[in-house]
Amino acid sequence: MRIFAAESEILAPLATGWFLENAWLIPVVPAIAFALIILIGKRLPMKGSELGVLSMAISLVLSAGTAYQWVQRVNGASEEQFVSPVVRSWSWWQSGGFDFGIGQHIDGLSVVVLFVVAFISTLVQVYSLEYLRGDRRYTHFFAALTLFSGGMLAMVLADNMILFLLGWEIMGLCSFMLIGHWWEEDANSRAALKAFFTVRTGDMGLLVGISMLYFAANDWTQANLGLSGFSIRGISAWALSGEPNSSVITIAAVALFIASIGKSGQFPLHTWLPDAMAGPTPVSSLLHSSTMVVAGVFLVARLYPVFFVGLDILGSGGNLIVIIGGITIVISAALAFVQNDIKRVLAYSTVSQLGYMMLGLGAGAWLPAVFHIFTHAFFKACLFLGAGSISHSASHHSFDMKKDMGGLRKVMPITFATWIVSTLALCGVFPFSGFFSKDEIIDNVGYNGYNTFMVVGLIGAFMTAAYMTRATYLTFFGEPRGASAGHAAHDTHDSHQTHDSHDTHDSHSAHDPHAAHDTHDSHSAHDSHAAPHESGLLITVPLMILSVLALGSGFLNATPFGESWERMKLWVEPRASVVFEESKSGGPGESLNLVAGVVSAEDSHSKSVCGSATPEEGVCYAPQLNHAPFKWSKAIMSMLIVFAGGAISWILSMLVFTKRDPRVAGLTSRIRLLGLGHSFLVNKYYLDHFYEKVVVRSVAYPISRAAYWFNQNILDGVLHGAARVTTKLSDWVYKNVDQRVVDNTVNNSAVLTKSVGTAAQPTQSGRVSQYGALLFSATAIAALVLVIVNT
Amino acid sequence: MFVNQFLFLAAVLFCIGVYGVIARKNAVLMLMSIELILNSVNINLLAFAMRNGSTDGHTFALYIIAVAAAEVGVGLGLVLLVYRNKKTISVDELSEMRG
Amino acid sequence: MNMLQDNNWLLSVGTFLPLVGVVVLLLMPKAQDSAIKNVALLTSIATLIVGVYTAFKFDYGQAEKLQFVADVNWISVIKSSYLIGLDGISLPLYLLSMIITLLVVIYSLDHVPSPGKPKSFFALLLVLQTGMAGTFIAQDLILFFVFFELVLLPMFFLIGVWGGEQRQYASIKFFLYTMFGSALMLVAFLALFFKTGAESFSIPFLIENGAGIAKTTQIWIFAGMFVGFAVKVPMFPFHTWLPDAHTQAPTQGSVILAAILLKLGTYGFVRIALPTLPDAAREWAPYIGGLAVIGIIYGALGCLAQSDMKRLIAFSSVAHMGFVMLGISTLTSFGVNAAMFGMVAHGLITGMLFFIAGSVKERYHTLEIAKLGGMLTAMPRLGWIFGFCAMASLGLPGLAGFWGEFPAILSAYNPAEGLNESTFRVFMVIAALGTVLAAAYLLWMFQRVAFGTAKTTSSHSSHDDLHDVTTHEWIAWTPLLIGILVLGVLPNLLFSVLEPAVQITLKAFGG
Repeated sequence: MRIFAAESEILAPLATGWFLENAWLIPVVPAIAFALIILIGKRLPMKGSELGVLSMAISLVLSAGTAYQWVQRVNGASEEQFVSPVVRSWSWWQSGGFDFGIGQHIDGLSVVVLFVVAFISTLVQVYSLEYLRGDRRYTHFFAALTLFSGGMLAMVLADNMILFLLGWEIMGLCSFMLIGHWWEEDANSRAALKAFFTVRTGDMGLLVGISMLYFAANDWTQANLGLSGFSIRGISAWALSGEPNSSVITIAAVALFIASIGKSGQFPLHTWLPDAMAGPTPVSSLLHSSTMVVAGVFLVARLYPVFFVGLDILGSGGNLIVIIGGITIVISAALAFVQNDIKRVLAYSTVSQLGYMMLGLGAGAWLPAVFHIFTHAFFKACLFLGAGSISHSASHHSFDMKKDMGGLRKVMPITFATWIVSTLALCGVFPFSGFFSKDEIIDNVGYNGYNTFMVVGLIGAFMTAAYMTRATYLTFFGEPRGASAGHAAHDTHDSHQTHDSHDTHDSHSAHDPHAAHDTHDSHSAHDSHAAPHESGLLITVPLMILSVLALGSGFLNATPFGESWERMKLWVEPRASVVFEESKSGGPGESLNLVAGVVSAEDSHSKSVCGSATPEEGVCYAPQLNHAPFKWSKAIMSMLIVFAGGAISWILSMLVFTKRDPRVAGLTSRIRLLGLGHSFLVNKYYLDHFYEKVVVRSVAYPISRAAYWFNQNILDGVLHGAARVTTKLSDWVYKNVDQRVVDNTVNNSAVLTKSVGTAAQPTQSGRVSQYGALLFSATAIAALVLVIVNT
Repeated sequence: MFVNQFLFLAAVLFCIGVYGVIARKNAVLMLMSIELILNSVNINLLAFAMRNGSTDGHTFALYIIAVAAAEVGVGLGLVLLVYRNKKTISVDELSEMRG
Repeated sequence: MNMLQDNNWLLSVGTFLPLVGVVVLLLMPKAQDSAIKNVALLTSIATLIVGVYTAFKFDYGQAEKLQFVADVNWISVIKSSYLIGLDGISLPLYLLSMIITLLVVIYSLDHVPSPGKPKSFFALLLVLQTGMAGTFIAQDLILFFVFFELVLLPMFFLIGVWGGEQRQYASIKFFLYTMFGSALMLVAFLALFFKTGAESFSIPFLIENGAGIAKTTQIWIFAGMFVGFAVKVPMFPFHTWLPDAHTQAPTQGSVILAAILLKLGTYGFVRIALPTLPDAAREWAPYIGGLAVIGIIYGALGCLAQSDMKRLIAFSSVAHMGFVMLGISTLTSFGVNAAMFGMVAHGLITGMLFFIAGSVKERYHTLEIAKLGGMLTAMPRLGWIFGFCAMASLGLPGLAGFWGEFPAILSAYNPAEGLNESTFRVFMVIAALGTVLAAAYLLWMFQRVAFGTAKTTSSHSSHDDLHDVTTHEWIAWTPLLIGILVLGVLPNLLFSVLEPAVQITLKAFGG
């Protein structure tokens, strides 16, 4: 195979710049800020929050600079040229021939996500200044939030899988700390535990996948590119080289995808996401828009060649990613209909939108999926922050739409306006940003031959419009209810002024322990505004900025207006050209900015090679993907579906919630089948029951089960289901093997020794003379024996 | 030579010593009996050394005398301590070591 | 093997200095508490200074060679000599034992467990230190054995005298178990000695000549060593002494037990069993790997079944040492490096967890997880330190635990030549499952102990006991916490020392 370029084929070097070369600073800044907040944060005038905001602002500036220079780099390249990523790597440590590196890998994908993460993080931190004012762990909160963003940023620009894993796990840890921020309440700390544990279950796949890829790819990458098998660039090239054994790469792709399922809350590991609402609203916003859950999608996008080859994307009518994505879209959208908690509606909506991204990635629509990450981040962050604004200023920290909201459009005009813009974007209404990304996904899924899944996507769009209309109606229209009506509806409300940190939750957490409530220490600050009002500037300004982006960000890749509008495609999508590496390779710490060449234009047959077959010469870093041509007819059809969903939902909501029309109100209690379906949804398909009651309980509560097992063991132990196998295993082994069999062997030997001792006990009379007699008689006998033997 | 007589004396002393250790109740007397036993061995050693014309036996005898002195020192110390605590030196009454 | 003999007094001084302290202690009157503590403190500080000086003098460019070698005739009848030396494998553990002993002594300054008797307590700690350091520098099997056994007695007394309610049972169990293992180990050593021509007990000599023994014989000799070392590790079927010993031992005993004593077994595998008997090691590797992953899962399940915090940490040791043994069983230098790193990391992290358990016990007078809660409200610093250690223990990247765990898993994918790949790949997946369970039991414990609101139990009447971390605790803990963080961020510090020595040790397996 010819990897290295002949002189003549090397094109002009690509533009680079300080920001591109030093992008690794982006996660380093928050990491330093984290350490500083922990060390000196409490002594600072703003309790460390200024460090958090400042570091995120610096990261934002750096990412913006990086993005700008990346665009320059792309614009300076010729049309078909593969714009090689800016890779810099240093050796972290070596052992046994393994070289663990640390470094940056900046390409279109990382630039987009870096910018989004830094941007949303900055806004969320600003918002939190107001939202968490007076919180009992204000400093800790900002420390964790900063590290959280730092972890995500490190993961996004990682040049190898080890650093990727590092960022991935740091995010997991921080999500644990942030979701469980108010850990005095059991429900919150349990939600945190659940989030961490569910994600960690998926991480097993990441560990296995990384190991497999390393050993499968390392020889090839070392020989051809001089990169280690952890390097993302190396793995991508290897996956498309035709080299990989098909079963190895398939298993590795599946293992990695399991990690994505856990992190991105895909079916069937989505149950932790709604519970994660137990954290403060800014956390939910950050978690659900740009960090954490996006990490799973990002993993698939980052190592796309592995999934492309391993799961045979575009090769068959369906693959694991498409199927999981499709299922997730529909089931989580359905769950959003039965939630009363506004944050939970948004949480399920996130799950559903992540399903779209997965669907897109699985169906070969890489760019629309990445674009959807981009647009979704803005409008979802805006929606969450809007929900937070409502609870902060209008509903006394309640998130219950049915009890404490309604009619808020008049009191909170700014929040309402931004909410509407974001909702329209989420539903995918032209010309809001969601239209350009989501519709593209659906279009491309169909164009690539996944017709069933295109229908699933359209159903999802219908459901999205419907549940968002319901939520909007309940929150902003109709009559004010509960707290938003200005009633001091809560019995415990007055006690807030006592600052009792253990008693600040609202009264109805008593009847609904799982509902999320943002509890604060200093409620007195808000009690002076008993009536609902608009939030302060620190809250509304981020909302307005986000809503502007929710409206406008779609135009970065506005396919309907022709090629010249498709900026994202130009800047972000890696070009699937065959690449020749220049033979000189950079030393450690040097920029590995290898000059990438391209096969000359007339050599067109090798251009289409990437992805569909093995390149005969050179290497590929990205598979060749198709792009569906935009058709207004399709767009209008999906728009109609969205409007239908919204309209039906609007009418039903009005009838049910405001007019209490006897024909539709209470249908679920009248018609048995509907009631069953409703409770099936309310119980989240019983998946949580399955996990908590069967899987977790069987592993985690073995002691309580032990007694039960001993009782039932002889009678019907055989009949017990497979669900208890794990219980038995741990308990049985502990109680029996550990404590009995193995122990008994030891104890028995002690018993033996003891009985020998007992038998010999009479000789120990304690009388010296008796000992003397024994001694001498023994000597005499010995002497006698000696004499006899010697004669 | 007169080796036989020496051996005979040693045997008699040895038997007296053994008798003393086994039969006497008084700890001090038992210690003295042990001295007798050790000295009977010394006589044996010296007798054979004389007969073989080497000085090995003398060396051993000197060694034993040194050890015996130490032994008596420790032994008497023990007896004194026992007496102080128990007000008796009769070995029959000292059976705490019974297993 | 090429040996460097410069400064060969250093190791003997470092090893036997604590014994000088012991002699001084014995001469002192019992009543002078503070003087006794000062002597113990000074001795351990002096020992550590010698240790640090040793590390300073150590030639890192030749970490694969034995350095500071002293070779003196000792028992010429059985051809055993006083042969000591230090290479890259021994150095970290040698230093770790000194650091841990010093920290334990500092911690003990105001935490002498009941029934007091500081004189004998500190004397035993110092004797223990000599035994541990000696084991890591001995290059002669008989010398190794003597030090290996020397460790046993002080620990027996530490558990038996200063332990909890069932201390006698626990200490006797500990003693019997390890003696049983040692007996078989000694037999194996003797067999190795005679089979190589009864010429020398020196380990470098045996490494050169051990490979010549017939394979079947090797397998049997290895079996003896395996039992001896596996009891100490402890590996799956031989581990039941560990939870009892840990639960009953005083805090200081638990810390030393977890941090150093368990490493004697794994160190024995790397130093003696693998290089002297390469053929047998290859035969045994799948079984060792199998027992290791059983230990990982089994230890984790054992943790989930516990209601006592200390016992839970003890079981987690079984799981973590399973990762170490998995790394060793791959017979690759990468795996053994990971194992060595895992040993040090586990020493720091689990030692720290036992310190915390001791302090919790002191404050709450119980270790029942169900009775604890709200530690973060009552004692935020202790709570966060606990959280930090729990995160390190479950293998969070960026902290020390990860670099023992993940490379061990990684190495199992590709074991040494001649080992069955698919078997080890199955082990890899099971071990990865073990990391999930580790997260489960550690976070579950953390959630119930640290989160929530403080429980006011009837048993302890006042909150006066619930004071946050004290000065002595800070001094004793800070080095460990820093170590966990620094090794997590800069694993190369350790790997670069280990690497050359491990390469040489595993010469017989083709790297």
